Amino acid sequence: MEFGFTTAAYVVAAVLFILSLGGLSGQESAKRAVWYGIVGMALAVFATLIGPGSGLWLLSLILIAAGGTIGWIIAKRVGMTEMPQLVAAMHSLVGLAAVFVGFNAHFELGRVLAMDETARLALDGFAALIAKKDGVEQGILRVELYLGILIGAITFTGSIVAFGKLAGKVTSAAKKLPGGHLLNIGAAVLSLLCLIWYMNTGGFFPLFLMTLAALFVGYHLIMGIGGADMPVVVSMLNSYSGWAAAAIGFSLGNDLLIVVGALVGSSGAILSYIMCKAMNRSFVSVILGGFGGPAGEQMAVEGEQIAIDADGVANALDEADSVIIIPGYGMAVAQAQQSVSELTKRLRDKGKNVRFAIHPVAGRLPGHMNVLLAEAKVPYDIVMEMDEINDDFPDTDVAIVIGSNDIVNPAAQDDPNSPIAGMPVLECWKAKQVFVSKRGQGTGYSGIENPLFFKDNTRMFYGDAKDSLNALLAKIS
Amino acid sequence: MKIGTPKEVFDGENRVAMTPDSALQLQKLGYDCVIETGAGLAAGFSDATYEAAGVEIAATAASLWQESNIIAKVRPPSDAEAEWLTADKTLISFFYPASNKELMDLCASKGASVIAMDMVPRISRAQKMDALSSMANIAGYRAVIEAGNNFGRFFTGQITAAGKVPPAKVLVVGAGVAGLAAIGTSTSLGAITYAFDVRPEVAEQVESMGAEFVYLDFEEEQQDGAATGGYAAVSSPEFAAAQLAKFRELAPDIDIVITTALIPNREAPELWTEDMVKAMKPGSVIVDLAAERGGNCKLTVPDEKIVTDNGVTIIGYTDFPSRMATQSSTLYATNIRHMMTDLTPEKDGNPVHNMEDDVIRGATIAHASEVTFPPPPPKVKAIAAQKKDKPKELTAAEKRANEVAAFKTQTKQQVTLLAVGGALVLGVGLIAPASFMQHFIVFVLAVFVGFQVIWGVAHSLHTPLMAVTNAISSIIILGALMQIGSGSFLVILLAALSVFMAGINIFGGFLVTRRMLAMFQKS
Repeated sequence: MEFGFTTAAYVVAAVLFILSLGGLSGQESAKRAVWYGIVGMALAVFATLIGPGSGLWLLSLILIAAGGTIGWIIAKRVGMTEMPQLVAAMHSLVGLAAVFVGFNAHFELGRVLAMDETARLALDGFAALIAKKDGVEQGILRVELYLGILIGAITFTGSIVAFGKLAGKVTSAAKKLPGGHLLNIGAAVLSLLCLIWYMNTGGFFPLFLMTLAALFVGYHLIMGIGGADMPVVVSMLNSYSGWAAAAIGFSLGNDLLIVVGALVGSSGAILSYIMCKAMNRSFVSVILGGFGGPAGEQMAVEGEQIAIDADGVANALDEADSVIIIPGYGMAVAQAQQSVSELTKRLRDKGKNVRFAIHPVAGRLPGHMNVLLAEAKVPYDIVMEMDEINDDFPDTDVAIVIGSNDIVNPAAQDDPNSPIAGMPVLECWKAKQVFVSKRGQGTGYSGIENPLFFKDNTRMFYGDAKDSLNALLAKIS
Repeated sequence: MKIGTPKEVFDGENRVAMTPDSALQLQKLGYDCVIETGAGLAAGFSDATYEAAGVEIAATAASLWQESNIIAKVRPPSDAEAEWLTADKTLISFFYPASNKELMDLCASKGASVIAMDMVPRISRAQKMDALSSMANIAGYRAVIEAGNNFGRFFTGQITAAGKVPPAKVLVVGAGVAGLAAIGTSTSLGAITYAFDVRPEVAEQVESMGAEFVYLDFEEEQQDGAATGGYAAVSSPEFAAAQLAKFRELAPDIDIVITTALIPNREAPELWTEDMVKAMKPGSVIVDLAAERGGNCKLTVPDEKIVTDNGVTIIGYTDFPSRMATQSSTLYATNIRHMMTDLTPEKDGNPVHNMEDDVIRGATIAHASEVTFPPPPPKVKAIAAQKKDKPKELTAAEKRANEVAAFKTQTKQQVTLLAVGGALVLGVGLIAPASFMQHFIVFVLAVFVGFQVIWGVAHSLHTPLMAVTNAISSIIILGALMQIGSGSFLVILLAALSVFMAGINIFGGFLVTRRMLAMFQKS
């Protein structure tokens, strides 16, 4: 097959990928869009296998099949609450692959440079491509593969740490080694020195040293970010994996890699931006980890938290005409989405208007709550975004907060000294009555006291979200 | 200190200001309790039950007034009783100071402190001692019971083997405490209940009690209940006319009318006119809870039950609480006990008459030989005032101006971004070789397309978006596939590993995305 065919296939694949992402603008078109992505990927792999430069295609096919089987099994088995971990784990694979491919490019470059003219002419595939490059192009090639390895390595360790935090295997609190950001800066400076060193010598050692430094930065950076900021971290890593692919695409001279890498990179960047905006924090402050110190004395919270039992909630729900449910990470932890769905169904059967209010950063992954609710068969047209529903709270009889905390914290609006001041929040306290399902009296991930729990119209429904809701379901026929 | 309760001297008054239960509580505050013999008899409490609760029995009223430091009773004192007051005594009772000026002056001249239970301000903190409300509650309940007693039919509708019984229709005018109690009683007896009040904001309370609120087709500036301490104010003549017209329309259908409309310090407004009474069916009942103040119906005779020519019974009793003396004594004694709790912060049997306290100040009408009525307005407003200031609506011009300004800044931002971006690209183009620039252009365009496309993604689909971008970022497999065929063993090994990992990702990513999307369902 000729090079022209491969390029043509790449163009088609790129278009399909763009359509696949664009199709996610609506639930129905999304179902079609995934197929575009699958076909695009199949086409790209097929074209590469038969295109120039490839070999050992049998081995390749076997490996793809083997990897695919594992991927298939994982995808079948994973629970929707474990989605954040899965996404993080998959990012780490892309990162590691980028590192490997980058190393390979370096080895090939070294091998080709060691050859004489006649040997070079006999080369084919990727080596031939390198052989044609002149001095400046080789320099650029080095920068490109250097970048690919750097970003790939950061993505790799960062994703592994994020996976550990999301899966509960690593403590989710923000943790830093002594020295804090100085260590990160040191590692960054070291990487930069390695680049200069590598450009001058072309040896493997500086590249390797830089990889170690990048691996450390990835680990240390994400360790320093608390659990509540995980949505930003995951989207950031998503973005990085894209940029890594794009950088590798440059070094390999492969346009499809560049296009897809850029698509993924910008997608992750936009997601990070949306998440940061939803928390009213700058991207830099999230990445540097931890909340900034409060600007002054925080307002003291007055009043007391009044508990209520399932009977009380059931009575209030019985009398309510409109109900808004605000799920948060606590619902995912307690696996309570099925109970929530059942509650929704029963209330809707009684003719009550039940809706869901989803804050952009609810959960540990952008859109996490939507997926959980969808899994539990909550129809998506009653699941609203924050901006769609925030004005409706004053006309709502009952708001039920299930396992969310900071995203319903009125201090964000009332207390200019609060660490989350200015963050857009769901104004559930404007509803006539608010029930908060919560495990205990503690503060949330960010450790900020929530005045909502002390309001006159708030009642605390203590206990594990799932148990509480099941007790409630027993009272509502 | 001693708290004493005399037998009520007012004719027909059955209530008593202290019950054995409240006496026990008062003793916990450090007081000794005394009661005149036979004081609780009419309310169902014998001397023996008082003695069992540790209450001393005084043989005569004179000795009781003599030995008690604090006298708690129900009705305002008679002139004779007032004569017994001395400078060190405190009297707690209903007093109606606005209409009992001379008596008040007399008490003040004796130097006694007088706390009028009817003057307790209507603030949340004082609800536990709001005796007017607890008595009104009983009056409302009793009004329905009295009406039922004089009404020849069932309240509830029934279909029996002996024929069909239509439900009674009850109209409650004035949805204050008494009105709401009447509504509650009437609906729980099964009658179809309508209610009316000049304050439209109580419609919700009325409906919560199970009655139907009677709305008028009338547009008037809404009254703010908070300004008048939660009581109704005088309405405009137009409003009154609309209201009467509505009642006239309802009169022929209504079986029982319970009127509870009172305006503070005024004669009761006439709401049920003679022609409405004439229009009612024979056997209908009117209970006028405002009888003491002249009645909402002008045919009402206070303290009496009359039957009109067309067979309508009009009940004008003014002693409904006294007719349920056990219940009303229990509630009233509890109100008194709460008042004493507030007066005795140390729980040591020594009252502290704190005139800075809103509740105590408001209820005290005579203190230290001076008349302290009327009290200054309480520092705390009666009920939450209606919310008045809504966020200012922007005028069309302002909106337009805002939009234009936003558009301008947006344009500025975009132009700056484009200029900087363009300059950067040009700068790179100056130094980079052409082969690099080819790829670079592709890269920039792809980023651009990516940004345009991703903004359109629905928020709810962000997780699927991440999964799918994950899958397609495994496009890095292409790099591995290109390398796997050329080069050394190490290269092949690394490339093979990359292919393997990317394989996991491609399949896992796409599959999990499909699983997620399949779950999104419309209702």
